[in-house]
Amino acid sequence: MKDNVSVQGTAHSDRIHDSAIKHVTGRADYTDDIALPTGALHAYLGVSDVAHATLKSIDLSAVRAAPGVVGVLTAEDVPGVNDISPTGLNDEPVFPTDKIQFHGQPLFAVIAETRDAARRAAERAQIDCDVLPHALDPIAAQEAGYPYVTKPLKLERGDIAPAFKTAPNRIKGRMSVGGQDHMYLEGHIAFAIPGEDDDVVVHCSTQHPSEAQHMVAHVLGVPSNAVVVNVRRMGGGFGGKESQMNLFCAVAAIAAKKWNRAVKIRPDRDQDMTATGKRHDFVIDYDVAFDEVGRIQALDGSFAARCGFSADLSGPVTDRALFHADNAYFYPNVRLTSHPMKTNTVSNTAFRGFGGPQGVIAAERIIEEIAYATGQDPLDVRKANFYGGEGRDLTPYHQTVEDNILDRLVSELEDSAEYRQRRQEIIAFNADSPVLKKGIALTPVKFGISFTATWYNQAGALVHIYNDGSIHLNHGGTEMGQGLNTKVAQIVAEAFQVDIDRIKITKTTTEKVPNTSATAASSGTDLNGMAALDAVRQIQARLVDFAVETWGVAPDEVVFRANEVHAGAQVFPFDAFIKQAYLARIQLSAAGFYKTPKIHWDRDKGQGRPFYYFSYGAACSEVMIDTLTGEYRVERTDLLHDVGRSLNPALDKGQVEGAFVQGMGWLTTEELWWDDTGRLRTHAPSTYKIPLASDRPRIFNVNLADWSENRELTIKRSKAVGEPPFMLGISVFEALSMAVASVAGYTTCPRLDAPATPERVLMAVTRLRDGG
Amino acid sequence: MAHRSEIRFVLNGRDVSINDVGASQTLLDYLRLERRLTGTKEGCAEGDCGACTVLVGRLTYTGLTYAPVNACIRFLASVDGCHVVTVEYLSGPDGRLHPVQQAMIDHHGSQCGFCTPGFVMSLYALWMETPEPSEAQVETALQGNLCRCTGYEPIIRAAVAVSRYGSPASDHLNTERATVTTHLQALQDGKRVVSGPQNNLSILPADVDDFAECLLSHPDATIVAGATDVGLWVTKFLRSIGPAIFIGHLNDLKQVETQGNDLLIGAGASYTDCQDALSRHLPHLSAYWDRIAGWQVRNMGTVGGNIANGSPIGDTPPVLIALGAEITLRRGADRRTLPLEAFFVDYGKQDRQSGEFVETIRIPLPEPNQHHAAYKISKRRDEDISSVAVGINVSVTDGVITTCRLAFGGMAATPKRAAAAEQALVGQIWSEAAFDQAAAALPQDFSPLSDWRASSDYRMLSAQNLLRRFFLEHDAATAAPIQLASA
Ligand SMILES: Cc1cc2nc3c(=O)[nH]c(=O)nc-3n(C[C@@H](O)[C@@H](O)[C@H](O)COP(=O)(O)OP(=O)(O)OC[C@H]3O[C@@H](n4cnc5c(N)ncnc54)[C@H](O)[C@@H]3O)c2cc1C
Ligand code: FES
Ligand code: FES
Repeated sequence: MKDNVSVQGTAHSDRIHDSAIKHVTGRADYTDDIALPTGALHAYLGVSDVAHATLKSIDLSAVRAAPGVVGVLTAEDVPGVNDISPTGLNDEPVFPTDKIQFHGQPLFAVIAETRDAARRAAERAQIDCDVLPHALDPIAAQEAGYPYVTKPLKLERGDIAPAFKTAPNRIKGRMSVGGQDHMYLEGHIAFAIPGEDDDVVVHCSTQHPSEAQHMVAHVLGVPSNAVVVNVRRMGGGFGGKESQMNLFCAVAAIAAKKWNRAVKIRPDRDQDMTATGKRHDFVIDYDVAFDEVGRIQALDGSFAARCGFSADLSGPVTDRALFHADNAYFYPNVRLTSHPMKTNTVSNTAFRGFGGPQGVIAAERIIEEIAYATGQDPLDVRKANFYGGEGRDLTPYHQTVEDNILDRLVSELEDSAEYRQRRQEIIAFNADSPVLKKGIALTPVKFGISFTATWYNQAGALVHIYNDGSIHLNHGGTEMGQGLNTKVAQIVAEAFQVDIDRIKITKTTTEKVPNTSATAASSGTDLNGMAALDAVRQIQARLVDFAVETWGVAPDEVVFRANEVHAGAQVFPFDAFIKQAYLARIQLSAAGFYKTPKIHWDRDKGQGRPFYYFSYGAACSEVMIDTLTGEYRVERTDLLHDVGRSLNPALDKGQVEGAFVQGMGWLTTEELWWDDTGRLRTHAPSTYKIPLASDRPRIFNVNLADWSENRELTIKRSKAVGEPPFMLGISVFEALSMAVASVAGYTTCPRLDAPATPERVLMAVTRLRDGG
Repeated sequence: MAHRSEIRFVLNGRDVSINDVGASQTLLDYLRLERRLTGTKEGCAEGDCGACTVLVGRLTYTGLTYAPVNACIRFLASVDGCHVVTVEYLSGPDGRLHPVQQAMIDHHGSQCGFCTPGFVMSLYALWMETPEPSEAQVETALQGNLCRCTGYEPIIRAAVAVSRYGSPASDHLNTERATVTTHLQALQDGKRVVSGPQNNLSILPADVDDFAECLLSHPDATIVAGATDVGLWVTKFLRSIGPAIFIGHLNDLKQVETQGNDLLIGAGASYTDCQDALSRHLPHLSAYWDRIAGWQVRNMGTVGGNIANGSPIGDTPPVLIALGAEITLRRGADRRTLPLEAFFVDYGKQDRQSGEFVETIRIPLPEPNQHHAAYKISKRRDEDISSVAVGINVSVTDGVITTCRLAFGGMAATPKRAAAAEQALVGQIWSEAAFDQAAAALPQDFSPLSDWRASSDYRMLSAQNLLRRFFLEHDAATAAPIQLASA
């Protein structure tokens, strides 16, 4: 796959993660590992123990008097604006003044000499409040007349009413889909160092340094140019550190300025999980009309989401649920509406897929309903409804699907996984096995790539070549394990035709690249890789001009090849060439920029081209359930995923495997459970169960569709990889559903809600056996 | 009794001696904050994620043994006399990457890298014990390590490949074994250790008799065995535990041996210490045992602690009660023995007097006519707390059920026998109908709680179905497999 064997680490090669050696030796520094300056203090949050109340007073005298305490911060101590809402809706205070809106809401912070002292002191507050009734889930919120936290969206195409009248078949149903905690292994953390004037430097673990910078400036009441935010690496993000770090950065920075000492804040895992947002839970009502062969004629879908007490990113998240409620299927007549419900829970936020998975799973449930109603193999129903064919390529948001490769991808997987044959074998097995039952499902994903907030689709990069020939690379993206830095460095290595070791990847900092977008929406490499390439191209153009002038060669005779630069017959090692360019006063630094072309989106009309392109994939999973207990195992998964022309197949495969298992976890054992008081009781890995090594499929065949190329001019024709394969975990969920359906002769859709814990599986088995 | 007030141990390649080690000080905070050994990470501070995994080597009756443990809930005082090995020590004096590290790199085993040092330490311990592990062995070794990024596949591939990168024989923990052993022996001065400030006192008795004496003079002390419960009281509930009497180092409380027709387990024996004897004498507990917590916790946690904490969801009481186990409690030189089920009086209340401790557990070994089973239901298969656990012991003579013991966890305020269900079985012919009747009687015995682990309905239904599973599993007529394979 490599273009040039004599250059190490260029594009399309299996380069290891740039920090791999540091990871395994424990020498990779995360924010908590940075040595503290003299006199550093520690902050800890004090939180509410009721879900909804009018706040009367907070008595912090006992907190102040606790050993080691230096002071406290409440809303009154916010020098600028007491607001960290990422969308500017002004609905999310750093600390509230009059209302408690969820159990575990941060109300104040303690600043102490040690973290332990701050944490202990935080328990001593006396909160006086009048408790109000609360609504925890979207249905309770609707019943209680709670408002939307943000403007809902409607997508509409065709006319559903006549289709519902004439269609031969119609099914209505409801599905509840649980949320998900990110459970990044490194929790939230921020560490602020005060500087002169208004200045403050914040080291933290955020996916969105620019937003953290702007938020810190906003709460301090200083211009953004006073604030620097640095991120070397995160111990996982998954969307959980897109907006949620704002609070911690704000508290650390306010305290650092107030006491003129460095301040670190790191919540305990329990507080991390209770005080920061998660994936949105959804309740989805669907009404579908279809013909005899199971082709969908009309769909009416309503998506109510548990957004929590504030908007945070719930607007774009619920929008994306609607954008993906078609998954891979053409709906001739469709109406989709979102209901972003306010609830008395922590404000939900971004999580890998960003609402997309909740849309996709609704589409797959509808397919299942039709399959059981018409007695077909669900895969046949899927295929019958795929985009493609005459007049069947328009999405509910009026974007034409131009790059669909699912027909080929799915049929390749169907063959390599021997889906048809195994399905027959499984049906035969189930007939003879009274207790253990198997299920198999092959589910596709089509995922739209681009931020739906069009202005986010821009990126910057900064490339320097020092006069010894070493290259310094910086871009606006953040490294959270996905290998972004490695891939961007590969792109630069490839462009200069130098070994990747020559390139130093440095921390992300708002000082080098301004106004960056969150590293999110799978866009990191697409955007930052292009920006870095732009910077390289600028420097290269100057170098070519220099060579043309100096050696009198034609521009096309100047060639970068194998750690050398050729100027006609003259050949220089790269560093010698750079040295000469430096002496000739050539500028060896450039800022690159990129914005995604072609995209536009009119939210009010619900029309446009929000996505530059689509990524595709499919997975086939087989499970076995125990109908006495509901326990199950994933026996085998075959997976084929499209990453266009992969920049780094090894890293891309890692993303695909990791996303799949995370998606499977969302739909199986990861359950968020609130008690009646509104307290989240699955609040740490002791109670919240993400997959373990022993939960991964017993046989796991993962392949990239190596024949795929992005039709669009993306970086090296690659495609984004972070989010799309997450949704392939749905194959496990659908396979569980089939295993359940076996107890009633595959005639009833089991209507499993997610997550399908052993309890839900057993209860569904019981329900189906009892005839309903 | 002669006292010493310093805690002494070997940390990687260096001797450490610290005065004033308070009971609640954790090993993880010591490593990260005081030694700046920041390769060891904190992911949860409750023993569930494994990011803080370090090896602790200690002298046992069979020599120096290393085991991976969770530094986050391990108390610093409890590593007295041990060799603590962190990820920083792995590559050895020559600075070359360790085989485990190289295998992880080559197989792309890290993404964000935060979990990685912990995985490296668990795999290091596995490789030393089982250089060429099967995938199932790797999975068991990694039950206590969470990774949110990779989906585990590359880590498993690395683990299986490590032996191709090097053999444990040349690893420096093995080549230096004799030196370290001598060194640790020299640290064993037979003295009681009393360290830390008065309100947070750490006491390490010299032996079991000294433990009995310490407890008499500090009847209010917290007994700390493996700290897999007590650790969380400190890290999660900020409780103060001083004075604390640490007993994890007492080899004379860790015996696991057969005596006549009984298996005798010292209250201080860890889950891992029991594993061999169980697979030999009580094979039905072997797979069940591997589903208690993860490897690190099994290396620390004790059966005695699991019983003494009196939890209704501890995994050992139901299966031990079903076996007819007895425990011996000791106060000073006085001992008394009682059936295990009698120890659990009510929620949070056990039959243990002030100054008394659990000394031994005596388990009668199965008779030929007995059928035994142990089942655990949890949301996630491994490293999860049970929604329902059950120990079943049914004697059948000439096709008739003569005696039976059904003991459940997760169904009531204490681990408890199902009297009505037992009664429904005794005297019946071994048949599906008999077990259906026992299942039908179960609601007379229990009305379980609903919580985040399971609803009351699910607990009841799955408990009833476990009786059916037992019948099917032990009935000669059953043809199709009825339980998911364990690995
Ligand atoms: C991550 C994790 C997973 C877990 N998973 C499981 C699981 O799957 N199943 C399960 O059953 N448990 C599980 N546990 C809990 C289990 O590890 C403990 O119950 C353990 O067995 C307690 O033993 P210990 O030696 O660690 O006790 P400690 O924590 O040291 O002590 C526990 C209690 O017992 C008392 N005590 C200890 N020894 C004695 C003694 N000899 N005499 C009198 N009192 C004594 C202590 O004072 C304390 O009250 C888990 C714990 C963790 C951290
Ligand atoms: S930090 Fe998670 S197990 Fe110790
Ligand atoms: S690599 Fe990120 S948690 Fe394992």
